[in-house]
Amino acid sequence: MIKSIKTWILVGFASLLLVACGQGGGGSGSKKSKTLDNTKKAGFVKCGVSQGLPGFSNADASGNWSGIDVDVCRAVAAAVLGDADKVKYTPLSAKERFTALTSGEIDVLARNTTWTLSRDADIGLTFVGVNFYDGQGFMVRKNSGINSVNDFKNGISACTNTGTTTELNMRDFFNSKNISYEPIAFEKADEVVQAYDAGRCDTYTTDKSGLAAQRTKMSNPDEHKVLPETISKEPLGPVVRQGDAVWEDIVRWSLNTMIEAEEYGVNSSNASSLKDSDNPAIKRLVGAEGELGAAFGLDNDWSLRIIEQVGNYGESYKKHIADTGILPNRGPNQLWTKGGILYVPPAR
Amino acid sequence: MIFKKFNIENKKARDLIPQAITVLALLSIIIYFATNAQINMGNRGISFGFGFLNQEASFDITFSMIEYDGSHSYGRAFLVGLLNTILVSAIGIFFATIMGVIVGISRLSDNYLIAKVAEWYVEIFRNIPLILQIFFWYFAALRALPLPENGISFYDISFLTIKGWYVPKFIWTNFNVFLLSVIAAFIAIYFINSYATKQREQFGKQIPVTTISLASLILIPLITFLFLGVTLTFEYPVLKQLSPTVFTYAGGVSIIPELIALALALSMYTATFIAENVRAGILGVSKGQKEAAASIGLNKNQILKLVVMPQALRIIIPPTTNQYLNLTKNSSLAAAIAYPDIVLVFAGTALMQTGRAIEIISITMLTYLTLSISISIFMNWYNKKMAIKEK
Repeated sequence: MIKSIKTWILVGFASLLLVACGQGGGGSGSKKSKTLDNTKKAGFVKCGVSQGLPGFSNADASGNWSGIDVDVCRAVAAAVLGDADKVKYTPLSAKERFTALTSGEIDVLARNTTWTLSRDADIGLTFVGVNFYDGQGFMVRKNSGINSVNDFKNGISACTNTGTTTELNMRDFFNSKNISYEPIAFEKADEVVQAYDAGRCDTYTTDKSGLAAQRTKMSNPDEHKVLPETISKEPLGPVVRQGDAVWEDIVRWSLNTMIEAEEYGVNSSNASSLKDSDNPAIKRLVGAEGELGAAFGLDNDWSLRIIEQVGNYGESYKKHIADTGILPNRGPNQLWTKGGILYVPPAR
Repeated sequence: MIFKKFNIENKKARDLIPQAITVLALLSIIIYFATNAQINMGNRGISFGFGFLNQEASFDITFSMIEYDGSHSYGRAFLVGLLNTILVSAIGIFFATIMGVIVGISRLSDNYLIAKVAEWYVEIFRNIPLILQIFFWYFAALRALPLPENGISFYDISFLTIKGWYVPKFIWTNFNVFLLSVIAAFIAIYFINSYATKQREQFGKQIPVTTISLASLILIPLITFLFLGVTLTFEYPVLKQLSPTVFTYAGGVSIIPELIALALALSMYTATFIAENVRAGILGVSKGQKEAAASIGLNKNQILKLVVMPQALRIIIPPTTNQYLNLTKNSSLAAAIAYPDIVLVFAGTALMQTGRAIEIISITMLTYLTLSISISIFMNWYNKKMAIKEK
């Protein structure tokens, strides 16, 4: 009996001690990047991706992830750890993604996530850039006789995903057109496709890139078409936690490097041979001039590794989005020099 | 004497100290995690608060029992989700109970075919994960149902289609008067019942309670139609063309296929467990009771109704309460097939739009807790009512 009381007292003191420790720790605010240190220590980048969206982040039968979102994770890994393959992917639903990031389960969220004011400002997140300019559209059956959003009439049923900006845009759109509609929102994209395919709803609405990708999953893809109108702006980009400015910069400039490399014609095959280029901008990109990496606590070859191991943005787009038949036309996702809106600040 | 007193006090202290320390330790752990969460949230610039409940939700919901659209608040969206959860749970509990009792009794039937069918039903449906059953009923049924233009018609007033089951809408005038009359009828029935019981117990007179009750339940509301200006008209669903090949029904009420599939899956699944409870309850009544009842000349139905069931209920109710709670909690799987319950609407869409995970999940957990405890309290009350009353 006496012994058990002693044990209890010990347990009590131990837990009080824990409380004291808990209040002591937890605070940060130093200039150094805790996320960078932890990533180097762990030996891999913790990256949150989708549960399977062809072109953006999709796992093949043997569990290898690929896509333009995945390439952002790979770029960060190449820059920080020297090896683009050192990434641990965590597939997340739309619902889980922000909590996973703020709780530290992942350090980069590259999951076709729309940059909005409230997400950026309100919930402890920071968007670092845009790796795909998208917009919301509608898919209908070809034989429906609907050729434009102006053909929608009262009583139309629309399937979509929950927890996305699409749900909100859909309402804004139908309200502005004064059309009453039936919204059916599923948690997973696969179930939206199933329900739409079965005829539960007359139209399927999500980002146009998503529509193009999901169309390939329909029982008969040729029976469906995407309407020409785009009803919203959906800039998709990688997200990091608020409060680690260095890490934020690393992710931002990893993405920017890929886009800038395309602009200067630097790609995975010619990067190392461009070390003695005449163009100082190219020399900076391949680490032959300047000390840009030092600003993040990285060596000077960080950007060269990104280009060599992951490729530039154009290579990534071609491999994952164009060659897979999802969106062969780059549209707004073309460089600003070629009529698109991809424009990144200079790396200098 | 003093020694004895001291000893008792010592024992009390011995009992008390570990308990106090346990509570203290538990509290410390909770405080530790709470402060840690607070510090971490503060570091990441996340605020904590429930103000968002008054903000405009700006998303629409397929199916709502109260007036709702995106211009209402998150608080209202929560209420919509809660009511939808209660609706599907209530429908599920209702049908699961009826099916459970029928199947449970059928398993004990002397008829080989009936008993075997009931047994197979139980073995199949309780051994397949519920989520698969929900998907089965939703996607299989969805594929099997016709498009609106070929809808299965019930006398041209109701149509079953892939987009839902369209039924006529009731349009009332002076509905409140009608509602009051129904309540009045039930109060009347209560008094008739207690009067009849008194008469039977004191004078041995049998009064035809069932007939009188039914009559008052029909007649009292009928009076409101004839004299008090209550009217009821129906609005029938009519086929409406939206484009050359897209049709829907306008008017009437649509019971969405998500609700039908979820209610079906929940009741089919839970009914198997209730059936086993019923079987156990009936088998738990000793054979002597039935023989004694038979020996005083009761027939088979009377034995079941008057002797076996009242005793079996005492065995059946407590585990069945568990099944009701399970069904209510299982209804949260609704999110998988887009039935807008509290998890999909509030812990799903609202959580995503506001990013307030901790607040929303806490509210949702508290809501389920409250729902479950309410069911428990009701069932415990019912159980007490059914317990043996010593006379």
